Amino acid sequence: MYKLGKSIARLGLLSAALLAANLAYAQGTQGSAKFPGVGRNATPAEVAAWDIDVRPDFKGLPKGSGSVEQGQTIWEAKCASCHGIFGESNEIFTPITGGTTKDDVKTGRVASLADMKQPQRTTLMKVPTVSTLWDYIYRAMPWNAPRSLTPDDTYALVAFILSIGEVVPDDFVLSNTNIAEVQAKMPNRNGMTRKHGFWNVKDKPDVNGSSCMNNCVAFVQIGSTLPDFARDAHGNIADQNRLYGPYRGADTTKPPVAKLPGAAGEGLAHAKDTHANAPKGAAALFKNENCSACHAPNAKLVGPSIADIAAKYKDQSGAVDKLMAKVKNGGAGVWGSIPMPPQAQLSDADRKALVEWVLSGGK
Amino acid sequence: MTKKQIELSVEDISAVEKPANRARLVKAPEHFISQELIADINANGLDETRRGFLRKGFMSAVGGAAAGLAAPLAFAAGEGDPAILEKQEWQTTLGKNVATMPYGVPSIYEANLIRRESPGLTRVSAASVAFTPLQGLFGTITPNGLHFERHHQGWYNLNPETHRLMVNGMVKNARVFTMNDLMRLPSVSRTHFIECGANTGLEWGNVAVPTVQYTHGMLSCCEFTGVPLKVLLEECGADLKKGKFLLAEGGDGSGMTRTINLESCLEDTIVAWSMNGEMLRPENGFPLRLVVPGVQGVSWVKWLRRLEVGDMPWNSKDEAVHYIELMPDGTHRQYASIQECKSVITTPSGGQQLLDKGFYNVSGMAWSGRGKIRRVDVSFDGGNNWRQARLETPVLTKSITRFNIDWVWDGSPAILQSRAVDDTGYIQPSIKTLRNVRGTRSIYHNNAIQSWKLDSNGEVSNVQVG
Repeated sequence: MYKLGKSIARLGLLSAALLAANLAYAQGTQGSAKFPGVGRNATPAEVAAWDIDVRPDFKGLPKGSGSVEQGQTIWEAKCASCHGIFGESNEIFTPITGGTTKDDVKTGRVASLADMKQPQRTTLMKVPTVSTLWDYIYRAMPWNAPRSLTPDDTYALVAFILSIGEVVPDDFVLSNTNIAEVQAKMPNRNGMTRKHGFWNVKDKPDVNGSSCMNNCVAFVQIGSTLPDFARDAHGNIADQNRLYGPYRGADTTKPPVAKLPGAAGEGLAHAKDTHANAPKGAAALFKNENCSACHAPNAKLVGPSIADIAAKYKDQSGAVDKLMAKVKNGGAGVWGSIPMPPQAQLSDADRKALVEWVLSGGK
Repeated sequence: MTKKQIELSVEDISAVEKPANRARLVKAPEHFISQELIADINANGLDETRRGFLRKGFMSAVGGAAAGLAAPLAFAAGEGDPAILEKQEWQTTLGKNVATMPYGVPSIYEANLIRRESPGLTRVSAASVAFTPLQGLFGTITPNGLHFERHHQGWYNLNPETHRLMVNGMVKNARVFTMNDLMRLPSVSRTHFIECGANTGLEWGNVAVPTVQYTHGMLSCCEFTGVPLKVLLEECGADLKKGKFLLAEGGDGSGMTRTINLESCLEDTIVAWSMNGEMLRPENGFPLRLVVPGVQGVSWVKWLRRLEVGDMPWNSKDEAVHYIELMPDGTHRQYASIQECKSVITTPSGGQQLLDKGFYNVSGMAWSGRGKIRRVDVSFDGGNNWRQARLETPVLTKSITRFNIDWVWDGSPAILQSRAVDDTGYIQPSIKTLRNVRGTRSIYHNNAIQSWKLDSNGEVSNVQVG
């Protein structure tokens, strides 16, 4: 009770401080005739702090510059762990680079988009404007630390990406004064169309269905079905439907039933088999505590895979204590230079359960 | 025992309520909580240690009860149904107190109907999708806990007291509103569907996923409450003659930005703080999101912190790299926003198992980003013959309409389809019609007629016809 009282008091102080701050800003407000007392004018500093968007005409672009070389240094430190050394990685996100040619830079159309030879569409194959890259990197990258790059960092990173795509040479310095010229070389700059019926609610649709009611199809042909091997790929569908009522889920851990189960639902799971579906234990902790943001069962993401960790520490005495300390305090160096942040919020029991689960290979 | 004497948390209740396999719950033995413990709780309240004692007490009470077998499924003729003849536990004992669960949760028997990810669809759960279990829903409203999730850089519980909405750009005065300010303004409450532009996107080339949760589950429908966008923009003196575009920006790490078409969307867009009568859920943008009726979900920017009026589109990452549609000639359609007329049968649907032949009320959802649903037809023979379905009322604009139709299944294989028509006269097309124009690599805006094949064993599966 005492604790609660104290935190309420603290909250009170906090809101008093906020209130005071609001009142101070409010002095410059011009009241509206319609809604007096609601809202206030933004200060120039506030607009500058939040209005960071950069349009295709470069309205909003801060002054600055950065070289390909500088970009490469920042890239290797902050971006390569997810996107690969040359932006080619397909492990976590779709690749940034690849699929464009010098010819595309001339025509402004990415030829591989039409010929279907490229297995995946990379960012450079799609993005028509440099402003898009600049805006997004500055506002949202790196993935786990958005808004940590300076404008010069951003120029450098954009220059580096464009140099890999051979849009600019390796010794290029991108700046606010030459960015428009670079935009005129983007490989897919002529690849976008707005001629379609989906922008305005009054636009005309590009297709329309048939209103036929009887004898519409001479021969009904099934063109595609779910492959047998995918029957259980989304887990047991019986566990994803009610265990009572007319529409049960098929038990996809088994082959389809031979005959209709009948009104009593013979052979199916029933309501009395209901179990608390909420996952519990280490696997749930792993997901809920965001471990899965950086670690996957088998693939390397930002951090090592569970399988790799289990293999490395197999049969090592003291591995549990060692890793429990690492989870609590964070660490770096064992699996590369990207540090793992400390997870001090976990209880000792949860940390132990997680570590033992990881060491068992996630079983 | 009054509420003051013993308080139970939701956790305690689920420990008691969770039925063991093939066991049924038997009333707890009396006095399994000692008088000392009750006195102690009365005097000192319920802390973790005392809660632990309670939990142990309940668990042993449950564990100690003999596991009785559930009633047999069939009964001999003449006797009658044990579910009627025998007294059930809930008829013969005292039920739980009011406010046992101060924020109510669904019955334990509904535990299977939850949001789920599609394995392998994305590689990072912070930039992923959790699908709504449409196969288990009724009517038109999506319960708040089942609304689909799509985040681009994870979700937060934003502090509503420090949340601000800034309106700037082509306005007379750039202005800042707190939640206190916004919630004083004149509000509207309207029911609209929200559908991700990529809903059904996995199925452009072929059948890829088993159930309607994964084919169509990036779809939800709620009553949203908030201030009309137009009221806010006029309050700030927006130049709506020159400013035909609006940038909406989110307060999350992705700083999600989307360009909104003011010519098309000014009249019905809402700056909303509520869904279905309570504040927005954090996964859905608490405390503020944009509601752009009829337009794909990505434009309904969550954790909304800024609106900027401008005279050209912004070409942000999610309108120049993603949410663009590849056509067969290699061009991408950009700023394709409207969700066109679409429908799907939800019961029965893919992965479901029917028990027997006989009567069924086949039911599903229909919606259109251009207006109201005018009619829905249903076919049971793969699209050869169609019958008109009933529309449940009310039929609202840019909202889900529930349809249903009587059907007596004779036990032979069938292919079920639904086809919606909206009040512009637009008819939901077949997948073949769509592919003829847009190919198979578009990802977005697949509003094709969905086919479910029903086998004679009662199992329903996802198929494509034609």
